[in-house]
Amino acid sequence: MTPDLIAFFVLALIAIAAALGMLLGRNVVYSALFLVLNFGTVAVFYILLDAPFIALTQVSVYAGAIMVLFLFVIMLLGTETLPVSKALPWQRPLAFVLALILAGEAGYLLFFRKVTSGTIPQPVQTFGSPQAVGQALFNQYLLPFEVTSVLLLIAMVGAIVLTIKEKGGQGK
Amino acid sequence: MDLALWIEFIIKGFILIFAVLTGFAYLTLYERRALARIQTRIGPNRAGPQGFFQPVADAVKLIFKEELTPAKADKVLFVLAPIMTVVPAMILAAVIPLGTQFTLPFLNRPVTLYVSDINVGVLYLTAIASIAVYGIVLAGWSSNNKYAMLGGLRSSAQMISYELSLGLCFVIAILLGNSMSLLDIVEAQKSVWFVVIQPVGALIFMVTTLAEVNRAPFDMPEAEQELAAGYHSEYSGMKFALFFMAEYEKMIVISMIAATLFFGGFREFWFLQGTVFSVDHFWWLGPIYLLLKVVVLLFLMIWVRATWPRIRYDRLMAFGWKVLLPLSLALVFITALGILLANQFGAIYIWTIPVLSILAGLIAVLLVNMSLRRKVAHA
Repeated sequence: MTPDLIAFFVLALIAIAAALGMLLGRNVVYSALFLVLNFGTVAVFYILLDAPFIALTQVSVYAGAIMVLFLFVIMLLGTETLPVSKALPWQRPLAFVLALILAGEAGYLLFFRKVTSGTIPQPVQTFGSPQAVGQALFNQYLLPFEVTSVLLLIAMVGAIVLTIKEKGGQGK
Repeated sequence: MDLALWIEFIIKGFILIFAVLTGFAYLTLYERRALARIQTRIGPNRAGPQGFFQPVADAVKLIFKEELTPAKADKVLFVLAPIMTVVPAMILAAVIPLGTQFTLPFLNRPVTLYVSDINVGVLYLTAIASIAVYGIVLAGWSSNNKYAMLGGLRSSAQMISYELSLGLCFVIAILLGNSMSLLDIVEAQKSVWFVVIQPVGALIFMVTTLAEVNRAPFDMPEAEQELAAGYHSEYSGMKFALFFMAEYEKMIVISMIAATLFFGGFREFWFLQGTVFSVDHFWWLGPIYLLLKVVVLLFLMIWVRATWPRIRYDRLMAFGWKVLLPLSLALVFITALGILLANQFGAIYIWTIPVLSILAGLIAVLLVNMSLRRKVAHA
């Protein structure tokens, strides 16, 4: 076993354990923290794959910004602990069936697909560097990029409209 | 990766953490003495010559203090929160270059004066800085105390809001240095510091970093009068010391970042170039120059604390979102425009950046002034 392989398995274990902890925890704050741990592990995966730019973006956007907002909302609402089992009755059987289908599919792909082993080509030196990502983003994917930014802008304006007070209410 | 490189990394890491910790201890003394001087007092001067051993005495006191854990606190997170606050503050300095490099005597091995020069150094800083919010939020929540909770919420809102302007100031430095590596950014400032090209950007950077490390006048999370010390009101002993440590370490590291991005980093002053006082001549001058710049920047922070009263919370948020964010966006645009002009028509056009950005800064000040006046007239 190479060190990379050992690192991969350890990280994979942590990622899966964190994901399970997130799903099974009854305290929402702990669930959020497990999700942060999961994001952090995925970031380390990216570093293993020689993509530090993606890794650090993952940390600062998901772990740093989005999850902090999640925690913020959780604490502001004061709904840290879930009420004991108020799940919808049909939810559990449905989840079970869907999980079985997924496992079957994955098993089929893993065991019955005709696979010829080959070597994966080594990525070029500049792969995933900030310059390469920027070039791809602003040349090849310019339209999706701009559409995404418009979407985010609309969401932002919507959030502000929702929170703004009606005119004629209490003055400042 | 060979063994020697590992050993080098470990030794450099230890030295860096040791330096930041020592810096923290003496920064507390520096701040107390400087504050005292500004308030025409003497300050702590009893332990050792000029109070030199005061940090040691403080540490001993904090170690022997009783540690309390509130009965209804969330025990795990209560212990974890100070650790999560202090670790990012310590590892933040890893990508900051302290100097160029030197050859180790006897072993004939070149040693660089930075732990790591990754090509996304600036992003590393933003990523680690954004992680630091967790410790404070969780400290507030796990204490199970309304005051601590409010302090934690305030700080998270404040840090997220000011992170945006801070990130845009990073973008300005990246644009001017044409690289995300901090070493390249320092080398790009060989002849002209970026503070000369983009003075308003440097100013905004310093203001937002004050908010990021929760220093006065943005020390909302710990406003004593309203929040009974905020997120760390339930902490005592060594756990409180860790929060204290994180704040001062962040002050040091953020001054190092400011010096690196806008004040030439470990580079000598521009008029010393080519003389014996140049970093190219003696490698050990690099850390000394950086230390000098950091000490000056730290004094500015302490000075601000001694002079300015705390800003009201809603005004703090309004200032961050309605003034700093649009202004720093405009500055990014101006910087990009200036670089484009310089590339097209010659290097002299780089000076459109300071002119336009000072203009933008003045317009911002005028607008704020007008809106404040309108408010006063209404009231």
